[in-house]
Amino acid sequence: MNLNVADYSLLPVLPEIVLALGAMALLMLGAYRGGQTVRMVTVLAVVLLAVVLMLELMLPAGRLTTFGGSFVVDDYARYLKAVMLVASAATLVISRGFLTFQARIFEYSILVLLSSVGMMVLISASDLILLYLGYELMSLALYVVAASHRDNLKSTEAGLKYFVLGALSSGMMLYGASLIYGFTGTVEFAGIAAAAKTGSIGVLFGIVFLLVGLCFKISIVPFHMWTPDVYEGAPTPITAFFASAPKVAALAMMVRVLLTAFPNVTHDWQQIVTFVSIASMALGSFGAIGQKNIKRLMAYSSIGHMGFALVGLAAGTAQGAQGVLIYLAIYVAMTFGSFSFILALKRNGRSFEQISDFAGLSRTNPYLAFMFAMLLFSLAGIPPLAGFFAKFYVFLAAIQAGLYPLAVIGVLTSVVGAFYYLAIIKTMFFDEAKGAVDPMTGELGTVLTLAGIFNLLYFAYPGPLVSAATAAAKSLF
Amino acid sequence: MTTWPVLSVTTFLPTAGALLLYLLARGNEASAARNARWIALWTTIITFAVSLVLLVHFDSSQPGFQFEEHGQWLGAAMNYHMGVDGISLPLVILTTSILPFCILASWRAIQVRVREYMMAFLVLETLMVGTFSALDLVLFYLFFEGGLIPMFLIIGVWGGPRRVYASFKFFLYTLLGSVLMLLAIMALYAQTGTTDIPTLMTTNLPYRLQTWAWLAFFASFAVKMPMWPVHTWLPDAHVEAPTAGSVILASILLKMGGYGFLRFSLPMFPLASHDFAPLIWTLSAIAIIYTSLVALVQEDMKKLIAYSSVAHMGFVTMGIFAGTVQGVAGGMFQMISHGIVSGALFLCVGVIYDRLHTREIAAYGGLVNRMPLYAFTFLLFTMANVGLPGTSGFIGEFLSLIGTFKVSVTTAIFATTGVILSAAYALSLYRKIVFGQLAKASLASIKDMTGREIMIFAPFIILTILFGVYPKPVLDISAASIHQLVENYGAAVHAVKAAALP
Repeated sequence: MNLNVADYSLLPVLPEIVLALGAMALLMLGAYRGGQTVRMVTVLAVVLLAVVLMLELMLPAGRLTTFGGSFVVDDYARYLKAVMLVASAATLVISRGFLTFQARIFEYSILVLLSSVGMMVLISASDLILLYLGYELMSLALYVVAASHRDNLKSTEAGLKYFVLGALSSGMMLYGASLIYGFTGTVEFAGIAAAAKTGSIGVLFGIVFLLVGLCFKISIVPFHMWTPDVYEGAPTPITAFFASAPKVAALAMMVRVLLTAFPNVTHDWQQIVTFVSIASMALGSFGAIGQKNIKRLMAYSSIGHMGFALVGLAAGTAQGAQGVLIYLAIYVAMTFGSFSFILALKRNGRSFEQISDFAGLSRTNPYLAFMFAMLLFSLAGIPPLAGFFAKFYVFLAAIQAGLYPLAVIGVLTSVVGAFYYLAIIKTMFFDEAKGAVDPMTGELGTVLTLAGIFNLLYFAYPGPLVSAATAAAKSLF
Repeated sequence: MTTWPVLSVTTFLPTAGALLLYLLARGNEASAARNARWIALWTTIITFAVSLVLLVHFDSSQPGFQFEEHGQWLGAAMNYHMGVDGISLPLVILTTSILPFCILASWRAIQVRVREYMMAFLVLETLMVGTFSALDLVLFYLFFEGGLIPMFLIIGVWGGPRRVYASFKFFLYTLLGSVLMLLAIMALYAQTGTTDIPTLMTTNLPYRLQTWAWLAFFASFAVKMPMWPVHTWLPDAHVEAPTAGSVILASILLKMGGYGFLRFSLPMFPLASHDFAPLIWTLSAIAIIYTSLVALVQEDMKKLIAYSSVAHMGFVTMGIFAGTVQGVAGGMFQMISHGIVSGALFLCVGVIYDRLHTREIAAYGGLVNRMPLYAFTFLLFTMANVGLPGTSGFIGEFLSLIGTFKVSVTTAIFATTGVILSAAYALSLYRKIVFGQLAKASLASIKDMTGREIMIFAPFIILTILFGVYPKPVLDISAASIHQLVENYGAAVHAVKAAALP
């Protein structure tokens, strides 16, 4: 193997390097200065994420590769890293209350940053080894951060559960990667694509095991069991994080690996994706109906949403990938809007998570209730809200690819899903008031307002997001 | 032709009013409510005035779309395209003209959360006008479905005791029908590469796609219409909605189904429409007879009128799918007439509901003794509902029956019995409420209509009688468009028949 220095330029990984070094510097700061620095570390972490985002967008245009082609920066990676970095930054912003009143731990922000490094690597990975490295870096930080509310039994349980199941799934993923390597003789996606021309049973097994790991992270049925418990147990800002950034990264990798490493055996993996997509949509819709805790409900909702996003991937086309990308961006916005609402729910300083406690919120806190109701309608996919467009593009891709049964089942489950979103709106708008909630803190209000405005007005100016997603999807083909 | 985008202004003016209302109507509850009412009223009046510009500048000799507006929107051949023709313009005017009355009817009846109530109505107006004037399928869907949100809240927040059940049923029924239509829209786009309605109207779609797309659109419009057997949401929604909500529902939201059949099913899927026409006739005839019989045994006034709405919508679907000029024109006229008459009937119910707070028929009786003006008004609209010659109700039923008679005598015969049945339930309702002894103590001090109420009813009365004796204005506006529609439909069906006979 010839080593060509030009193949190992550090420019494409500059944002990742800055983020990693910055995270370590902040770790030092926190370690030497102790607990008083929580606030400063968090603020600096947000600034760092913003800087990294700018660096990423300032990289030379076009497709950059490094490390012998295993690390790629293309429009696809740029788009998803931007979404993911915004999600990480938003997580830190809405964590202020948690870090001030519940757990004064500076490591929290560092862990989010390290996990973000892992996600960036995962998004850019173009071979199986880098894929696994990114995946593990992301996951390890996530396991710890899930248990970051150390004195809380549920939080510890959530962290442990997530770790045990996560370790199992990453083991399976590694096994899948080794199978693929065994049957194709290479770990590079391009090489795999060239070798896997016809579907061999070995490669198919490899794909299945690889998908297990990725499906686990995006909580796709049948690897979703951890989701409700971890969502409920983890501190709420971390739940928002779980629901957004890692899903963006893992789904990004799923799309990339399937479309660039296995474009010639589309038919083989299409059936798998179709099945898990239908199963997730159905379980997400029906499972949520009985939920009384808003965080558990959001867990089922996210299972369903990832199922919808996979509808686009099942199409296996550029339009489908574009649909997934649009879906992710809109989903992240809706998720942060919803979670900043959930975080804002406090009466006399005590937060509550039972949906029945939302009763009459539209009378006592009309703005809060209105914004959340619109987010819920949007999650249900009712036009003209943003969530409708998310679903629109993935189903359009499915119809164009001729996947009619998938599309029909998908929209029918979305009607079932609408029921439980409506039930929350009913509690807030139709039921008798239980008393006002505390005023929102500034940062939660900002996130909720931004997400709400995006959600309400997306229909008026959808152009930029659509064209960015189109460019990003094109770079995969 | 005008130089400014009058259609978009008509569409979005109410939303602008809602925003203004949000910003201005503040302060203590009483003054905020007062401001909200006035701002909403003025917004709807100004919107109505703007929509009259459309009417004045409309060239009714031209069958195509007018006041067209184009704009970039979603890219990829899904654009912002608005326009009206002879079929949609009357419905747009109907919408803008009904809304001020809805606001007036809610003036006293709504006392809690007035601001939100008025905002919901204004946003709903935007969505309804948009539905009738969108010329892009995705845009149409946006407006069509978006209307669910404000209506859900109107029924759920300001409705009666079983409002939760009614609002959920309304929302989920309609949503279920509509998502299938959305898939059909996507399939049309996948096939033709466009969602532009005028383009699709002139495109020959493959037979198989026509069949499936027709069924999917049917799923949505049949629920919205509502046709038997998917009509069950309507009585619940009507009964629980506040008066103005019922008026909107009966006058305008139900017309979206009929409009959809006229705008999409007939012109875009003529072959499928021809194939399925007998199905529609059967369902319509069943709807007319069955729901009339059901109406006979109702004990709740609103429910009775709701069932009669289903029966009258049966005439509309039957006329439209007759595919003859008289049938389609009759269906169209019936929609406008029903919009006026049933809206007025719900307002009539509202008048006595506001006084006694019950809709039970048994709670009333002998009102003529204390409320002569009311008795007159109610009689007039009851007669219009029955389809008495000289009222607008007659023209629509008569035309659609003639149109149907030409293509299916059986259907027409069955449907005609509906006219008799409608007389039976409407007159018995009138007798039980207005005539008889004023025996009940609760009615002893009931007052006749106030000046505000008379003002609300006056235009309805005038229009009902005017269109009854002189239906030309409405028929003329839509004549050219309907002629073209029927011609194209006939040509498409004929071409296939000719090809099938070598």
